[in-house]
Amino acid sequence: MRERRQAGADRRRAREFEAFVAGAAGRLLHVATLLTGEPAGATPHAERLLTAALARAYADWDRLRDADPYDRVRTELATRYARGAWRLPRSGEGLLGRLGPRERLILVLRLYEGVAEEQTAALLGLPVERVRAICARAVTAMRRPAPARRPAPHWPLSLLSPHSRQAAR
Amino acid sequence: MSGHSRKEDEVRRMLDLPHPKVPVDLTARASAHGTRLLNRRRTWRLLLWLLVTVAVVAFTVWASAAEPWTVPPSDTTPPLEGW
Repeated sequence: MRERRQAGADRRRAREFEAFVAGAAGRLLHVATLLTGEPAGATPHAERLLTAALARAYADWDRLRDADPYDRVRTELATRYARGAWRLPRSGEGLLGRLGPRERLILVLRLYEGVAEEQTAALLGLPVERVRAICARAVTAMRRPAPARRPAPHWPLSLLSPHSRQAAR
Repeated sequence: MSGHSRKEDEVRRMLDLPHPKVPVDLTARASAHGTRLLNRRRTWRLLLWLLVTVAVVAFTVWASAAEPWTVPPSDTTPPLEGW
């Protein structure tokens, strides 16, 4: 009896979860890609981040009740990113390449996802004024024209850059 | 509209790019991982209940054998006075 009920709950959860992912995965993956700063088409870190967040939502699905699963996954995505951002490669590439991890996170949550300042602050454990200031700074940084790439230094100086030092070895 | 929100709108438009292609096995991977999490949680809960049950049984057996609520017989007799 109990096992049959369990199987029914498993089936229902799988069905609802699949419908949810089909509808929300595109937007959520875009959010994750904005955070990791990976180029379109090769987003292994963003996919791993999203898979972990979705798995957590799947495990909590029966306890979500009236809560919005999209909010749940977004929160999980943000906290996971905040916790593990230092492990991601800092490429400086991508749309938000010139922002630090926290600026990226706040910019994406506030402007792209439209999360309220208070909620963003609560999510990150920061005062509201701080969130406002970081968001304003990020907006200013985004609107500045991209810094011109410095040309590669010529021979004697080129030995100082770590890249060429590795190549010379 | 204030200049501040105009700037924010500008950045919002920059972020509003077409969504990347979602890998076809994303749902399968996520639900497999989620099922593992669920099973792990169930196992832990089962273990916890088992531990609680064992503790309750052990306590009951010990209590009924030792009967710690009975007053131990006293070793000394009360002083004999006024006879």
